Amino acid sequence: MATKSFTLTVNGQTHKVEADPDMPLLYALRNDLGLNNPHFGCGLAQCGACTVHVDGQPVRSCSLPMSAVGDGKIVTLAGLGTPEKPHPLQTAYVEEQVTQCGYCVNGWIMTAAAFLRDKKKPTEDEIKEALSGVKCRCGTHISILKAVKRAATMMG
Amino acid sequence: MTKFENKTAFSRRSVLLGGGALVVSIGAGLTLDTLVSMQQAFAQGAKPPLTPDQLSSYIAVNADGTVSAFFGKMDMGHGLHVAIAQMVAEELDVPFKAVKVHMGDTGNSVNQGGASGSTGIQFGGKQMRMAAAEARRVLVEMAAGLLSVPADKLTVNDGVVSASDDKAKRITYVQMIGGKYFNVQLDWNKQYGNTLYAPGKAQPKDPKTHKIVGQPIKRDDVAPKVFAQEDFVTDIKVPGMVHGRMIRPAVAGSVPAKVDEASIKDIPGAKVVWDKGFLGVVADKEWDAIKAAEKLKVEWSDVQPPFPEQSALYEHIRKAEVRKRQVEKENGNVDDAFKSAAKVIEAEYEWPFQSHASMGPACALVEIKDGNVTCWSGTQKSHFVQQGLALTLGMPEDKVRVIYTAGPGSYGRNDADDCAMDAGVLAKAVGKPVRLQYMREQGTGWDPKGPASVHKARAALDASGKVIAYEFFSKGFSRVDVNTNGSKPWDTLAGQTLGVALKPGDGFGVPAESYAFDSKRTGWETIPPLLDRASPLRGAHLRDPVGPQIHFASESFMDEVAAAINVDPIEFRLRHIKDPRDIAVLKAAAEKAKWQTRASPRKDQTGAKVSGRGIAYSQRNGTRVAIVAEVDVDRASGKIFARKFTVAHDCGQIINPDGLEKCIEGNIVQGISRTLWEEVTFDKKAVTSVDWVSYPILDITETPALVESVLINHPELPPTGAGEPSIRPIAAAIANAIFDATGVRIRRVPFSPDRVKAALS
Repeated sequence: MATKSFTLTVNGQTHKVEADPDMPLLYALRNDLGLNNPHFGCGLAQCGACTVHVDGQPVRSCSLPMSAVGDGKIVTLAGLGTPEKPHPLQTAYVEEQVTQCGYCVNGWIMTAAAFLRDKKKPTEDEIKEALSGVKCRCGTHISILKAVKRAATMMG
Repeated sequence: MTKFENKTAFSRRSVLLGGGALVVSIGAGLTLDTLVSMQQAFAQGAKPPLTPDQLSSYIAVNADGTVSAFFGKMDMGHGLHVAIAQMVAEELDVPFKAVKVHMGDTGNSVNQGGASGSTGIQFGGKQMRMAAAEARRVLVEMAAGLLSVPADKLTVNDGVVSASDDKAKRITYVQMIGGKYFNVQLDWNKQYGNTLYAPGKAQPKDPKTHKIVGQPIKRDDVAPKVFAQEDFVTDIKVPGMVHGRMIRPAVAGSVPAKVDEASIKDIPGAKVVWDKGFLGVVADKEWDAIKAAEKLKVEWSDVQPPFPEQSALYEHIRKAEVRKRQVEKENGNVDDAFKSAAKVIEAEYEWPFQSHASMGPACALVEIKDGNVTCWSGTQKSHFVQQGLALTLGMPEDKVRVIYTAGPGSYGRNDADDCAMDAGVLAKAVGKPVRLQYMREQGTGWDPKGPASVHKARAALDASGKVIAYEFFSKGFSRVDVNTNGSKPWDTLAGQTLGVALKPGDGFGVPAESYAFDSKRTGWETIPPLLDRASPLRGAHLRDPVGPQIHFASESFMDEVAAAINVDPIEFRLRHIKDPRDIAVLKAAAEKAKWQTRASPRKDQTGAKVSGRGIAYSQRNGTRVAIVAEVDVDRASGKIFARKFTVAHDCGQIINPDGLEKCIEGNIVQGISRTLWEEVTFDKKAVTSVDWVSYPILDITETPALVESVLINHPELPPTGAGEPSIRPIAAAIANAIFDATGVRIRRVPFSPDRVKAALS
């Protein structure tokens, strides 16, 4: 299995990673760069737990091979906001006390962040449609919806 | 190890007299030595043994003024730790923020049963409350001696004990015991697990005086999760760690006959661990372990496919031999009453296998070093996993430490305990720490399953329409084919694949309600599993074990009887329910939902889209829940929109109403998912529900528009559980609402669009 050298730009920093070109980006982020915020949920792009932004677009990193990342700028949940400078969705998640087990949080926030950036004042149905491909097993959907609506208001 | 296991060196004299901060007035006749011995009686520098009869096993006052609560249960996502901290802070008279709850680490807590049966507060909190009360009593007694003020003339505020009539006479908890350990014996009932109880001499406070308990205090663990600052079990790494993956057969029951290790020789660090039916691989890198598991050439033993066609499942259950039959409740003469009945109403209901389908497949990390085993696991029951690892690995139990670390969701006996044992076997075999994560198809396809069942209900009516007898029987796979925890090798896939003798259990349940009929009989029958060993359909506990299926049937049936005699469904229930708190939740739900009294079904709707309302209620270990569901039915597509839920919930004393609201919300949404969508599919060879496409769950477009709760608080009563009771009546409430809307009774879960459409046509 031949490995190749890749340069990744993640949260504004560049990293060199030696990897199998077929390896999904998720494993480079989690194991080579120690960024634990994207989670392995399914490895099939079905649940969203591994979502990161590549050039601003939400991407399921469990299914994106290293060979396809190119020079895309990657942002993870840790790069989206910090306790000092939170993204409105992070603020809203805390305000609405959304989480239960919390494993899915990454997928919802990263997917919703890209949606809310592009869609101002979305309707409830538009929010639901945009997030219909993200899974939560604990059943926090009611609070998720409240938080995304709250963040949408904050983002004008 | 924890910071408390470093013995703190301290000088008795310096602690008692050193430093200007310590205000101690030594009364006449009280010598320093007496004081020292008084303090030593309750506090010491060396940690007492970690046993349930020691106060130090539950509570420590740290040198910085914080309080550690060592809890032998753990939070599965409802914020249980917040409620426990509230109970401890309340009894101890310290600020809520001073209390840190450490959960489920066998290195610093005793076996309180883990996350189990919604008992986190009911039993776990009860014990922590008693321990905190005893800690306060002891500290006040110490202060009484040190301040020469009688204990009943002392008050405590924020961990400061002072004389009620002279606030200058004061001493802090920290000054008395900070950084040291309680040396106080408790009256332990010699039980481990949920029933462990070890009170001291103190009585807990009168609930009327509670200031922290009952407050809607927010969770402090939401922010770390949304800022990616908290480690899940999947994130734990140790030096020298390798990655593992397990390999399961394509035909359940098959075992490896030949394994070609050369087929993965080009993968760096790849090794095979094969012993009888146990087959796994490790590699230095995670992706390499995944590739190795895919590439490894394995010849499997030839076995007969073990399962029936899925379409024959319920027929199989009906015809299967009964392994155990149990009548749990009986009064009157049921058989005679049915013989004399003017009319008999009968119905049967069916519930499929369901998967925990946790958000991510299970993960565990096991390190074996210098004769000690350390396991990081998202298990619900770390103390039992400690026992299981000791037995599976042949190690003494006291050399095994299991550190609970939040996993990717749980909901009962999911795949976490299997994963911990598999990781242990791999780590022992390769001599390195192994982080094992299952793949998605294993998380859904191979987790222990909520058992499938058939439920038969019948009611005898006299000529006036009065119910004179009621009988309810469930027949299904056992919910304890593998037990609720991984303490015994025969209950985990590792043990089963390694060939240990099996010890399956038989258990089901009966409706929990207070319907009083002159004659009544409820019971259950269990049948043998479809495959004895290492079955992907082995029955186990899934959130509210067998509660949703039993009450789907029993509460649907009550509606059927009410409809048969043309009586409003709530009115019918109120005629027969005897428990005052049951009556109260029903009335509260009806009032909040603005329930219109009339018989079901509605007869005033035409067209493709119709709406209905339904009620269902149940008890669960002291908690009572009544739920009104309001649903929309699209008759053309068969799609159900479970639009609104009104929940009346009585769990005795409410510790944290916000936490309770969130807990109910999760129950409702997961309950809708299990009712409308969830069914484990299988063919003759294997489970075919292996991902989110083949095991669909509710998505956000189906989220109810509104969930309204009436939280009935009984501060005077002990708190009971909330983690599961409100999932129990959901399926019946929805089924009853569909009947109200359409006049059609759906008796098989899930109510998928195809099934509803077929039922309506």
